Amino acid sequence: MPYSDNLDIRITDTSLRDGSHAKGHQFDEEMARSVIAGLDSAGVPVIEVTHGDGLGGSSFNYGFSKVSERTLMKVAVETANRAKIAALMLPGLGTMDDIAAAADIGVSVIRIATHATEADISVQHFGLARDLGLETVGFLMMAHSVRPAMLAEQGRIMVDAGCQCVYVVDSAAALVLEQVGDRVSALVAEIGSAAGVGFHGHENLALGVANSVCAIRAGATQLDGSARRLGAGAGNTPTEALAAVCEKLGIRTGIDVLRMFDVAEEIVRPVMDAECTLDRLSLIMGYAGVYSSFLRHAYRAADRYGVSGAEILLRCGERKLVGGQEDQIIEIAVDLAEAKAAGVTAAIR
Amino acid sequence: MFKLLRSDALELRWMIGVDPASEGLALARSKGLEASHEGVDWLLTQPELPDVVFEATSAHVHVKNAPRYREAGIRAVDLTPAAVGPYVIPPANLTEHINEMNVNMVTCGGQATIPMVYAVSRVVPVPYAEIVATVSSRSAGPGTRHNIDEFTRTTAAGVVNLGRAGRGKAIIILNPAEPPMMMVNTIYCAIPEDADEGAIAGSIEQVAKEVASYVPGYRLRQRPQFDSAREDRPPRVTVFVEVEGAGDYLPPYAGNLDIMTAAATKVGEEIACSLVAAASGTDTRGAA
Repeated sequence: MPYSDNLDIRITDTSLRDGSHAKGHQFDEEMARSVIAGLDSAGVPVIEVTHGDGLGGSSFNYGFSKVSERTLMKVAVETANRAKIAALMLPGLGTMDDIAAAADIGVSVIRIATHATEADISVQHFGLARDLGLETVGFLMMAHSVRPAMLAEQGRIMVDAGCQCVYVVDSAAALVLEQVGDRVSALVAEIGSAAGVGFHGHENLALGVANSVCAIRAGATQLDGSARRLGAGAGNTPTEALAAVCEKLGIRTGIDVLRMFDVAEEIVRPVMDAECTLDRLSLIMGYAGVYSSFLRHAYRAADRYGVSGAEILLRCGERKLVGGQEDQIIEIAVDLAEAKAAGVTAAIR
Repeated sequence: MFKLLRSDALELRWMIGVDPASEGLALARSKGLEASHEGVDWLLTQPELPDVVFEATSAHVHVKNAPRYREAGIRAVDLTPAAVGPYVIPPANLTEHINEMNVNMVTCGGQATIPMVYAVSRVVPVPYAEIVATVSSRSAGPGTRHNIDEFTRTTAAGVVNLGRAGRGKAIIILNPAEPPMMMVNTIYCAIPEDADEGAIAGSIEQVAKEVASYVPGYRLRQRPQFDSAREDRPPRVTVFVEVEGAGDYLPPYAGNLDIMTAAATKVGEEIACSLVAAASGTDTRGAA
């Protein structure tokens, strides 16, 4: 079933939310204004603007925002002519007050995210969001870590709470092709008539677009991308490539493909500190199933303590850390530094 | 119950519930306690009343019960989020509220982290502090899950009011890893650039020891980490703490549940001692 009469799928660009990780949360008003105007002009139907870790994410643990997300959301609402503005929130970090504040600013879509097994912590937030008249999306993060049937069960909890579309969120980019399709199919089978299903992909194993197509074929009608891949890890599914591939497959996105190429190159790229690349640490995250936003934190901790970033991320995978546990990266780095120092001492003796 | 049974300062007499088939009440009877499923109504009609009651029901139940305890002259240690009385974190402010008729135990994350904020703020000013509490999914019950905002708000308020930070933030994360992970907490405090690191580290160690005296599984996982200012953040100290439960009734990974009952026992003991001191010769009894 298509997303609507005019669109087969609806794409949400998250370069101003997931991209916040790659920017160390240093977006300012001017950057937000130019990116929103560009994406809006290319016909991107939904644009997400929030701290990378969602409402209330500005912190020691995740990094402080240079400009408050409320200011950036306000700029976004004022700048967009056609696009809806979305915000992300994680229960346990953000609160219902943050949702109410976002609604006041004029944000119209709230995306509420939990770890793939913890959907029931979002019940009160979906309730409030619906009471406020917001469109709701549920994010089941680290979807690779649970079987399709479990994911469907968790999606049902969100839908019963008021969620209108449940996303399979491949936070680590650890899902491969059919593994995406199986999860989307399980959700469609469980909640098909009550709510939509979406997919959010990353590029850590270079499968963002291919995985998105698998999701669409399994029945997903909402997809996420980031212009120029601007996002955590090796970046997100590139919006411009997803739009182009969809056009070739006859899937209507409403996005002007050539205009989107220009926006990615001329507007988004200049805002970025660097390209989001498929480097060794990103690959390790996809391979070992590590939450993509750990990347920058691992680099910094590796640098601060003189240990291997790859080793840090592998330990994160071993400890089965979930999204939000950035604090553990520091502890792992200190442990590795101590082990290294002890090893050196032993060698001298 | 097990912690109260072990206590020298308290004599556990009663266990009250609302479910006739309760496993906990049966267990209490097997330990020689008087147990009833008829709730507080039953307790208050007993010929002899307790001096202290520990309540771990839910916020709305405690709000109804609190005035009845007060009328009966019973001190209440409240483990629910009701917060009828002032918040208490033993190392930070227990003595201040020792004479209150009702005290509240904040949250598990608060009991685990606020002592560390207090340890730093008694050495240097802390304009901002932030805590991250990660608990195993299995140890987070429906009460926590259905009102997770209550945890973040209450804990953040405690970081400011009891930890004495200028501003506070609290984050809770549930991790479903199997076997279940131990409760781990990270505490970040903003500190002045020229802070005396040795004095702060010493204070942290001292307070950690103090907490460990009533929560034996409480320990620092690493040495405190000091970072100077960076473009995007102030200078800070980071403290890593874990809480292993005593494994009395709940498994050891559920340190988050254990620290609440252990801290409540400590508070009850201090109240009992103050009552004894105030009226020596009177028996002190507790009911849970």
